[in-house]
Amino acid sequence: MKVLTLNFLTCAVKTCKSSSDSFPLHPKDAELASDDVEVNPQLLVNLLPRIDWNALRTTSTELGFPQLPEQPPTAEELGADEKVLKDLHSLLIETQIMEGKLVCGHCGHEYAIREGIANFLLPSHLV
Amino acid sequence: MDYLIRFSQSHETFRLPEIQALAVIEGIDLKVISYSLESPFCIVHLPSATAARRLIQRSILAMSVHELWGAGADLAAVHAAVCATTPHLWADYATCSFKFTLDSYQGSRSAADKIRLINAFSYLGFAGPIQMRNPDEEFVLFEDWPLNSTPLGIADPTYCYFGRFLGAGARDLPKRLDLKKRRYISTTSMDAELALVTANLALAAPGKIVYDPFVGTGSFPIACAQFGAVTFGSDIDGRSIRGDEKKKTLRGNFEQYGLLAGLGGMFTADLTNSPIRRAPLRHDGDGATGRIFDAIVCDPPYGVREGLRVLGVRDPEKSPWIIPKGKEMYKDPDFVPPRKPYSFLAMLDDILHFAAQTLVDNGRVSFWMPTANDEEQEIPVPAHPYLETVSVCTQVFNKWSRRLITYRRIPDNEVDPEAMKSREETIYVGKSADELNPFRKAYFNKFEN
Repeated sequence: MKVLTLNFLTCAVKTCKSSSDSFPLHPKDAELASDDVEVNPQLLVNLLPRIDWNALRTTSTELGFPQLPEQPPTAEELGADEKVLKDLHSLLIETQIMEGKLVCGHCGHEYAIREGIANFLLPSHLV
Repeated sequence: MDYLIRFSQSHETFRLPEIQALAVIEGIDLKVISYSLESPFCIVHLPSATAARRLIQRSILAMSVHELWGAGADLAAVHAAVCATTPHLWADYATCSFKFTLDSYQGSRSAADKIRLINAFSYLGFAGPIQMRNPDEEFVLFEDWPLNSTPLGIADPTYCYFGRFLGAGARDLPKRLDLKKRRYISTTSMDAELALVTANLALAAPGKIVYDPFVGTGSFPIACAQFGAVTFGSDIDGRSIRGDEKKKTLRGNFEQYGLLAGLGGMFTADLTNSPIRRAPLRHDGDGATGRIFDAIVCDPPYGVREGLRVLGVRDPEKSPWIIPKGKEMYKDPDFVPPRKPYSFLAMLDDILHFAAQTLVDNGRVSFWMPTANDEEQEIPVPAHPYLETVSVCTQVFNKWSRRLITYRRIPDNEVDPEAMKSREETIYVGKSADELNPFRKAYFNKFEN
């Protein structure tokens, strides 16, 4: 599962949706891998307004990456600075969580990730 | 200038919506002059020949596009039109290599007739070499014949067109993604041609983000990735994504076609308890904040070949032990949460509501739904105040058909707030699959009233 995907996901439990603690989910015992993907500047520019930057900063720190700046880069900065582009690409697109768990900060439910595929199905008492 | 699009005479109701979607993707001003479901020839008005080539290049249902030099009810009318409107163009092709071809739809001509028809254009004065392989220019005479013209001995076509070939569509793509040669498919994988058409209708393009909530073996994400989009998907049954965990997996399909750059992320989830973050619907949003996808494409389960189920217990009173058992067991890696049948119409509503909450402005949702051909049993096209219907395409089978319905997410300030208030929360009653799903019931009753 890409770090980008993690930025799109909250806890699946309905009562958690209203709580800000349910996003982002917190990785636990995460085994990381890196895929080799060609940089796609157009994709990153399109993604920028859709990424929740504060959540990405949290995730990035929790996975042991260097602290991201407080403000997201602008589309112009991405176009001008190749290093910013490459770093963001490497974090969002290339980094994969292969094994581990995602934990909700509100209800504490743990979602397992196996071979890069996370499982968000809930047992009946949480539906 | 006017241009002639030569369609394939199949999936007729999909053809025009596809071309119109491609015009949106390429930002081309398209005006349809004449089009009929019964004919493969369509005349359109476009700003330039370059625009015509761009419009057609990724079309699955259009074979080619031509600069239209003349058209008429018989050959004399075609020649008159060519002589009246195109003499200023003739000099441009006086010395290049060229060839003439004849395209007779539903008709045939003898070899001698073909030569006679082609020689009738000698007044164009093309002096360059005639070259049947890779000529610089190709000129085509199209004839539209009535059905069964050869056995009925009909002498003349009903309409003729003459034009210069500009570019071809992407009719080779369905072969490239052919299910017969795909490593990993399942019983309900969408065939490559219709999956690609769906991707076109959803405006899949480089840099765009597409989501399929019923991903299965990944037919739609693969088609969208073929056009450069990055795709996400989920399925309530994780086994369909994992496959055999070796070569036959969803990821393996992306590998097979060299499309791994278009594989965003796949996970196991249920649409009614989706983990995707959503923005609450508002009337004054800025058009983007909190919304993620450019397009949502899916072929939801019809409840016939594959069950239509969501998380939950079918009858908690009859089987009260299931819930406490789940509480104890859910952390077990082999735990499979119980699922219950779900209403087909409620699911369609859920898809639309989900789309309204997650699509950016002008983003599209395209999904397939089945319906009975019998009018009394027909299932209406679902609606949502935040979505505008763009097109409804129908693939007809014997007693039922399936429709590909495409909607556009309209900007918040264009939404009628009254319509949202009056959108009643329909409650779909019933517990068994038949009670919940009118299509399934009609299907297994052989559509008899």
